[in-house]
Amino acid sequence: MEFKTCVFYFLSTILVLAALRVVTARNPVHAALYLVLAFFNAGGIWLLLSAEFLAVVLVMVYIGAVMVLFLFVVMMLDIDFKKLREGFWRYLPMGATVGGLLAVEMALVLGGRYFGLDAMPEPAAKAADYSNTQELGRVLYTEYAYPFELAAFVLLIAMVAAVSLTLRRRRASKYIAPEVQVAARHEERMTLVKMAAEKKKPAGDEAAEAGAGGGR
Amino acid sequence: MLSLSHYLILGAILFSIGVMGIFLNRKNLIVLLMAIELMLLAVNINFIAFSHYMNDIAGQVFVFFILAVAAAESAIGLAILIAMFRNLGTIHVDDLDSLKG
Repeated sequence: MEFKTCVFYFLSTILVLAALRVVTARNPVHAALYLVLAFFNAGGIWLLLSAEFLAVVLVMVYIGAVMVLFLFVVMMLDIDFKKLREGFWRYLPMGATVGGLLAVEMALVLGGRYFGLDAMPEPAAKAADYSNTQELGRVLYTEYAYPFELAAFVLLIAMVAAVSLTLRRRRASKYIAPEVQVAARHEERMTLVKMAAEKKKPAGDEAAEAGAGGGR
Repeated sequence: MLSLSHYLILGAILFSIGVMGIFLNRKNLIVLLMAIELMLLAVNINFIAFSHYMNDIAGQVFVFFILAVAAAESAIGLAILIAMFRNLGTIHVDDLDSLKG
């Protein structure tokens, strides 16, 4: 067997096993970690298909950001995992049947006849100085410039939505509303009250008064 | 020699596992989101395989956009999950009946 074929079967075996563990794992933390493994092996398969830039993006963005977000959320929530798994064995025959049927049907269509090496020969290898990243960037910033901007906009909206969905206003914090501060007038701030001046009496008088007042 | 069918069948198997995961874990929103990620991964493998064998970079550009949208989707999904857990104290799918649908 050719080396590339060996690598493909090695990566795809781990990928499929990890994917199976994702959907059957008892604990969602384990499921997220198996999903990381699955993504990593998928990155390897993308390298076999000479999509180097996307493989690196998958590892950096997906494993580095999205899966860490998943893990963060799973660990932050205090969930009763037992209750979430009820009905698992009841749905297993149904799920396995539907999944197996899907896989068999797609395999029948996608098998050798139309997508084999006769119909779709392996493309010629690229030159050694061919850069997948450069090629992708050239297309992305010319032909697909507007979709690219749109993708950036989608990400911006997602960021705003995520923040506004999870933001919790703290009423306990001490702050002054700026509009109240600006609207204040100086007449309301300080009131002058007329009153008689108080005089401090001499010390002797006070002692006599205290002695006289003791009986009251 | 590896043919296009190898990659397509791998994608098909992954997609079926994702569908199976939705059946098995229909009470658990987090694993449902993970199953959706698996299905997106299968679709991306198909796109990249076709892009390689047809020598057309457009497939990879599309995968790039799918990755961006999937990242946005999971971020919003997890944010909704957190907001729901805060308000209801559960992420059990059966408890989400406040709309009486």
